[in-house]
Amino acid sequence: MGTELLYMLPLAIASFFAIFVPIFDVMSKSNKQVVFYATLLNFVLIIISSINLLVGYYSFYDFSLYFGGYTSIFDSLFSTAAILTLLGTKQYLDKQEYHYKEFYSLLNLALLGMMIINHAGNLLIMFIGIELMSISFFVLAGFIRTKLFSIEASLKYFLLGAFATGFLVYGMAMIYGSTGEIEFSQIAQKIATSNFNFAYMAIGMGLILVGLAFKSSIVPFHQWAPDVYTGAPTNVTSFMSTAGKIAAFVAFILITKHLFLPTDKMIFNALDSTTQITKSAQFIIAILSAMTMIIGNITALVQTNVKRMLAYSSVAHAGYILMGIVSSSINGWAGISFYAAAYIFMQIGAFTVVSIIENKDNSRMNLQDYNGLSKSNPFLAFAMSIFMFSLVGLPPFGGFFGKYFLFYSAIQAGYLWLTVLAVISSLISVYFYIGLIINMYFKDQVNPMEKLHLGTASISIIISIIGILTLGLLPDTLINTAIKVFTNF
Amino acid sequence: MTALLLTLFLPLIGALLVLFVDKTLEKFIRYFTLGTSILTFLVSLALLFAFDPNNPNIQFYINQIWISSLDTGFRIGMDGMSLLIVMLTTFLSPIAILASFDSIHHRQKEYYFMILILQFAMTGVFIAMDTFLFYIFWELILIPMYFIIGIWGGKNKIYATVKFFIFTIVGSLFMLLGIIWLSQYVGNHILTTGFTTDYLLIKDAAPSIPLNYQAWLFWAFAVSFFIKVPLFPFHTWLPDAHTEAPTPGSVILAGVLLKMGTYGLIRFNLEFFPQASMEFSSIISWLAVVGIIYGALVAAIQTDIKRLVAYSSVSHLGFVVLGIFSMTAIGLQGAIIQMVNHGLSTGMLFLLVGMIYERRHTRDIAEYGGIARIMPVYATFFAIAMFSSVGLPGLNGFVGEYMTLIGAFTSPILNNWAYTIVAATGVIFAAVYLLWMFQRVFFGTNDNPANHTLKDLTKREWTILIPIVIFIVWIGIYPSTFTNISENSTRKLVNKIEQVKFNRTPYPELDKYIDNLKTDKSVQNKQNNNGK
Repeated sequence: MGTELLYMLPLAIASFFAIFVPIFDVMSKSNKQVVFYATLLNFVLIIISSINLLVGYYSFYDFSLYFGGYTSIFDSLFSTAAILTLLGTKQYLDKQEYHYKEFYSLLNLALLGMMIINHAGNLLIMFIGIELMSISFFVLAGFIRTKLFSIEASLKYFLLGAFATGFLVYGMAMIYGSTGEIEFSQIAQKIATSNFNFAYMAIGMGLILVGLAFKSSIVPFHQWAPDVYTGAPTNVTSFMSTAGKIAAFVAFILITKHLFLPTDKMIFNALDSTTQITKSAQFIIAILSAMTMIIGNITALVQTNVKRMLAYSSVAHAGYILMGIVSSSINGWAGISFYAAAYIFMQIGAFTVVSIIENKDNSRMNLQDYNGLSKSNPFLAFAMSIFMFSLVGLPPFGGFFGKYFLFYSAIQAGYLWLTVLAVISSLISVYFYIGLIINMYFKDQVNPMEKLHLGTASISIIISIIGILTLGLLPDTLINTAIKVFTNF
Repeated sequence: MTALLLTLFLPLIGALLVLFVDKTLEKFIRYFTLGTSILTFLVSLALLFAFDPNNPNIQFYINQIWISSLDTGFRIGMDGMSLLIVMLTTFLSPIAILASFDSIHHRQKEYYFMILILQFAMTGVFIAMDTFLFYIFWELILIPMYFIIGIWGGKNKIYATVKFFIFTIVGSLFMLLGIIWLSQYVGNHILTTGFTTDYLLIKDAAPSIPLNYQAWLFWAFAVSFFIKVPLFPFHTWLPDAHTEAPTPGSVILAGVLLKMGTYGLIRFNLEFFPQASMEFSSIISWLAVVGIIYGALVAAIQTDIKRLVAYSSVSHLGFVVLGIFSMTAIGLQGAIIQMVNHGLSTGMLFLLVGMIYERRHTRDIAEYGGIARIMPVYATFFAIAMFSSVGLPGLNGFVGEYMTLIGAFTSPILNNWAYTIVAATGVIFAAVYLLWMFQRVFFGTNDNPANHTLKDLTKREWTILIPIVIFIVWIGIYPSTFTNISENSTRKLVNKIEQVKFNRTPYPELDKYIDNLKTDKSVQNKQNNNGK
């Protein structure tokens, strides 16, 4: 029992802080520091307690929640993303003259939502997690309410998000109607023994797929993403487009693993129709993945606003991650975990640089504003080029190895055509990532930018760089851990 | 083995140290970089002496597991073919760095950091014995080269560097796909031990892949290498990149980077897919021949000296590819010696062009004339480099071209004289465009007043050029010093290829030698066991 309590610790810590940070907030009206440090403490504690759990590869299932195993990996990833965002935020909010403590409470709540998705063992708990996360994000996106862009982003996100949630919950209801169960393991059991209503199941799966595809901004359900990502405060975008997206992918993994693509050792002597469903679901997801990669990258190609370009590129990266879902194997899931880690570092790093460079009135976000950055702010230019090279997928950076592993898993699953498309879309992406470096290093500006003040954001950038290099040069630890935890998944 | 590790890692260590030096200490950074590079060259000499040319296998092999779940390791080693090219790399790098003293004037700290990283990656490409590691080094080249052309290049640098980057990455991403697919197929279907990127394992297993898969894999690798070589019609990035790069950048680009392509063809395409290589050898050889003629013709009409030298590379590399796909021992050896030759002679031509550019800031042939009277020493060096490039007997270029042509002529796989006959006319064209250019620049009347005050070579420029001249003459007069090193490695490869095609081994003594090695080892092992 003692160890099991230890395994519940990350979720317990997150819940405790999510509930009590708003209370600290009210109590310490004048002092922003308290809330900031309480939030930081929360994230650090979650990381420490989850990484500690990874050593034993132990996992168990109780109260409809999973503990240990893969959840520890994703818990630590989410809180890493949260720490990086938190460190970058202080500076940004000060610049916007909108430094209110509620921000930190919302960050805690969003993190708790993600962790609940991650630990979820049945449809309803997953739904609660998704809602908790999404609602926090709706508010965060409109956090700077004196700005029209921010409000627009928030409203757009809320309206469309609510609509997508409708799809999701309706799909869940259908699946419940079809099988009479909400626990994943029970549903999987029913599917394996062909003890379910085929029509409801197919509709339910389709609806859930739409809902999740919206949350993880997969083409053709991605239309909200660029507007919301551009309008929201930059640091919120960085958190939303990394941790938020990965949380949606965790939900994707859980749903596909149990419902769509039960490829494990379970005796699968079901009806042909079930196999049919599985096959076509896999194919549909593969097509979504291909479309996401290609459309995301092509649209990013023509953007002149850096933030918007990164928003589209984050859509494209969702496509790469989806390849791991398509292959639906241990390697695929391990690849997703690895890519998620690399993606968190490179995307948050890039957005942090953008947030430092942008002005209070949302100007200075165009490509030509970055001209000559290597002379005025060499550190920022250096960091940004590392993030860009990693996003392109050049070795020896983390992004490369993540892609390598995802490609491998897709090829192993027999999806060579998908990998070829992924390669082609990476080629397209080279142009705009490299274009930013051209502006920073090879061009000059008439009025050079002033030396920018970094504050705590520099810590966030340095951690990101170290993270990218570590993942690129020593991928062994993470990938082995991921493979081990997913073997017992 | 320590020597190999040092050869690889000294430039990296140097580069990291440069990062910590204050950027105002430009002189210190320059000499520190040069020192690192010379030290690396000296260390690599130790490799040369420790190398056993009789042994055709991979020597100095180091196998350190890196990513255990993918059986990817830090595996390095070298055989005769890689040794020569590694020596070329360590030899040309200090020369390029010394040449940078005159041609690089701003952002020096970044520059010397980049060039050391470049040297590290280049060495890595030639000694990696693991496909994954090879790919990492291969891509790592891109980043420093991208910056070197983009920051320190000429007028049109952004266009040139982006073109270079995109061309290269198009090829290499498909190679990545090939690497993954190959490792997957070999690991799971042939060896059944799971995914592996171990070069030595794949080398033995890959030839048994069915031909229809081999063909796809062959092209996945080959396109990437052809772009790098560059083989006609993938060559269009090269003139731009060469012309816009700063002088040392061009030297490294022509001297070493292009060799990565031809080296990759031998190391991967011939070793992994002998059947597919034979299948496509005639197409590729024709492309090589077309490249020889086309490069020469286009070079003849250039008005910019540097661009002319760049196009001559297309022509020279055609000989290398022809030698490789003749798949005979003499052709392969000729290809390797021609790679070294091209590095020396074209590298020297670029250096010489850079020297006159520093003085006059133009490379337009029409701006010059009668230079020989004002700069006699310069003209002499230029003549040596030019004759070496033309292929005058007694200098190095002749040896390489002769051997590749003989290889193509006697090749049982190409089995057609036409390649040699057409390619040989390329030698004549080379004489045409180079001699004509030489005549226009160095002879005639010195009409342009700007040229009247030109100064002849400085001591530093002498120091740069003399070592290259020594090797140009050495290879020309006594090539055996160099061909001996690569002889057995190439023969082993030819044995493997002819085994597949004709079921015979033209050099049976090698197999005996390898068997002896094995028995030696087993005897030693037994003795060791008995001792215990």
